[in-house]
Amino acid sequence: MADTLAARRARPDILGFLQAGGVYLAIAVLLAFNLAFTPHFATAANLRLQLVQVAPVAIVAIGMALVVASEGIDLSVGSTMAISAAVLPLYLGYGVWPAVAIALLAGAAVGAVNGSLVAFARMQPIIATLGTLVACRGLALVLADGRLTEMFDPVLGALGNDAVLGVPISVLLVLVVTGAAAVAVHRAAFGRRLLAVGGNHAAAALAGLPVKRTLVTVYVVSGVLAATAGVLSTARQGASDPSFVGLLIELSAITAVVVGGTPLSGGRVRIVGTLMGALLMQLITATVIQHDLPDSAARMLQAGIIIAAVYVQRGRSRA
Amino acid sequence: MTTPAIDVRSVSKHFAGVRALTGVCLDLRPGEVHALVGENGAGKSTLIKLVTGVYRPDGGEVRYLGEPVAFAHPRDAQAAGISTIYQEVNLVPMRSVAGNLYLGREPTNRLGLIDFRRMRRDARTILAGYGITVDVRRRLGELGLGVQQMIAVARALSTDARVVVMDEPTSSLEPREVDLLLDVVALLRRRQVAVLYVTHKLDEVFRICDRVTVLRDGRLVHTGPVAGTTRLRLVATMLGRDTDQIRRHGTTTFSDPAVSDQRGRTTGIPEATGTPVLRADGLTRRPVLDGVSLDVHAGEVVGLAGLLGSGRTETAKAVFGADRLDAGAISVDGARARRWNPAAAIRGGIGMVPEDRKAEGIIGDLSVRDNIVLAALPRLTTAGFVSRRRQDEIVDTFVRRLRVKVSSPGQRVRELSGGNQQKVLLARMLCLSPRVLILDEPTRGIDVGAKAEIQSLISELAALGLGVLLISSELEEVVEGAGRVLVLRDGAVVGMLRGDDVSEDHIMRVIAQASGDGRPPRAPAAPRGGL
Repeated sequence: MADTLAARRARPDILGFLQAGGVYLAIAVLLAFNLAFTPHFATAANLRLQLVQVAPVAIVAIGMALVVASEGIDLSVGSTMAISAAVLPLYLGYGVWPAVAIALLAGAAVGAVNGSLVAFARMQPIIATLGTLVACRGLALVLADGRLTEMFDPVLGALGNDAVLGVPISVLLVLVVTGAAAVAVHRAAFGRRLLAVGGNHAAAALAGLPVKRTLVTVYVVSGVLAATAGVLSTARQGASDPSFVGLLIELSAITAVVVGGTPLSGGRVRIVGTLMGALLMQLITATVIQHDLPDSAARMLQAGIIIAAVYVQRGRSRA
Repeated sequence: MTTPAIDVRSVSKHFAGVRALTGVCLDLRPGEVHALVGENGAGKSTLIKLVTGVYRPDGGEVRYLGEPVAFAHPRDAQAAGISTIYQEVNLVPMRSVAGNLYLGREPTNRLGLIDFRRMRRDARTILAGYGITVDVRRRLGELGLGVQQMIAVARALSTDARVVVMDEPTSSLEPREVDLLLDVVALLRRRQVAVLYVTHKLDEVFRICDRVTVLRDGRLVHTGPVAGTTRLRLVATMLGRDTDQIRRHGTTTFSDPAVSDQRGRTTGIPEATGTPVLRADGLTRRPVLDGVSLDVHAGEVVGLAGLLGSGRTETAKAVFGADRLDAGAISVDGARARRWNPAAAIRGGIGMVPEDRKAEGIIGDLSVRDNIVLAALPRLTTAGFVSRRRQDEIVDTFVRRLRVKVSSPGQRVRELSGGNQQKVLLARMLCLSPRVLILDEPTRGIDVGAKAEIQSLISELAALGLGVLLISSELEEVVEGAGRVLVLRDGAVVGMLRGDDVSEDHIMRVIAQASGDGRPPRAPAAPRGGL
């Protein structure tokens, strides 16, 4: 009797722990495995490579987490990356920073369109951003004339490949974005509005909160972050490649968000968890590749983890 | 006597231990229109769903044409000849009128393809039988709701229905469309179809129905010919009040002095105290609100009474700026507001606690703290950051003052009881120091203790100068809590009672009065196209 009671009480705790800390546990397990069995894993060069590779996904995923918290989703992030990549070489003549600024503005514009479609035209986020996903990839190809453009700008190259005190600039950027998002969500008034709107749209409106402005803002933030990721990828490759940059990144970003413990139903968000979700997915891919397993194995493992993450949340929300 | 088309024999149904129906009987005869009425939670929907095969009874049985039946699925009931017309039109708006009439049973030609010409011709013939002439090739969604509703009826009938269940079929229709629909109901009766007509509108009961059954709290409380009852009796039965012995004072805990003081004031000085804090003029939102005007003075509790569907909640939302209006104006302190929405209302010192606590009130995943300060966020924010100190002060003050039972202010509001959630919502508005508070069903679905606390709080606040618009489906609450009562029917104010006139009996009389001096004039149901 006492046993069954204890078990009943323990069950939600286990689920709660998995939801809050499952991603950390998984990362710890994978790290331990790699440290033990993967040669050359614990080298600075390898760790740096992994982090640099995951940077664009992590930045996009943070924006995605904010959109998901608003009970929305942004499928257009990959195409937004393509737009920012396509815009970059067009304005490089004015200098790197003006070009980067314009690329980020382009991302903000895409976000504003998404946000307006959702907030004012009341379209479902998945449909609205599916539309911009298709439209923006096309627009990016038109802007770039369908070509890959190589760029030999030293500052841009540094942005993609240099490090400060041994930490790559892109990784620093990830840390800054994560920190800013965490503060905005957990400390600033914006986060309260965001979670209120995502948690109960009608109640937020009746409390006099600016629901529409909040929605537009969150998509603009997602657009700017996607554009940032586009600039980073372009800088690292030394080439603007609007056909392929950011392709299918929306799926990786959504995965990172969900695995990080943010439910797709809105009203709740885990910013650091999202970063961890992105790291976990990267770690899985790296582990599989370094053990010469086929890429398909990585995908299946990732799929299993996504399903497990969603299952844990489902159990939690019922309890 | 003919065999009833439907014979419900003392059915019971409960959900998760809650009894929805207890031993309810109903017989529905061919060629009669049988009204089913009752307030929220009376069990009307459950009863309909038992008849139409959505649910199966836990006890008792349902007989159809004399035979006991147990439909496994609404489809089976429909195939057997029981059709249901729902409140919302249940057709495909993107398809043509003809396509909808023949949805799932389209006539085919020799090649097995749809014979569109025949389908259109037959559709025209069928609709003409109901006095509807529309282009049957038009998309259903382009037509007015009334015509859509008629087409739903026509579809139900062309499947040779013996029984038609109509669930508030006129709730979203314009008056002209209502006339058209009622004509069709009359036609059904002539064709010996049995009609179960669920409605909140007494006018319709007396206009079209032969017999009426009243449910209350899952029990049958009355069944009999419409001709043998009066509107007042019907209202009293629905609300569970005995017209002869209505208690002037019952179980509420509104403080007597405050109310009698107000009554004295309002009767003594006809126009209370100068400029009202809040004034609404001619609020219109078709088809639910039709020119509602009201005002609330400082320190006054104005009650808003009326049956379900009379426009109580719609009025509350319109006054608070939550719904777009077709016409009407709001004035605060005598100055007409230009842009009016919840944010503007809150800035103007108006607060509202909505009727639907879960859907429109609480944000379940957020903490009690975040829920309380939600509407106050703009005032607590400097340079984008919320002042934690001021926030915690507010939360502490109101959790203590309203005695909200929480383990900590960080507890998720989802985990609280209904009464405590309601207190959180009150705190959300009270911390804005409003001058007028709109309370839509402030004590619905909460425990007795919390109910009493909230009722005395309302009196207390009014004594301190707060104006309150108190909406309640419990007459007792309105009568004992309010100094002045407006009575709504069909989205319009049909009476205002003040002073000693405020009594349950009186309110029911006003609700029961027919619009105008009896039956409304019937508009000739001329055949016409889409609206």
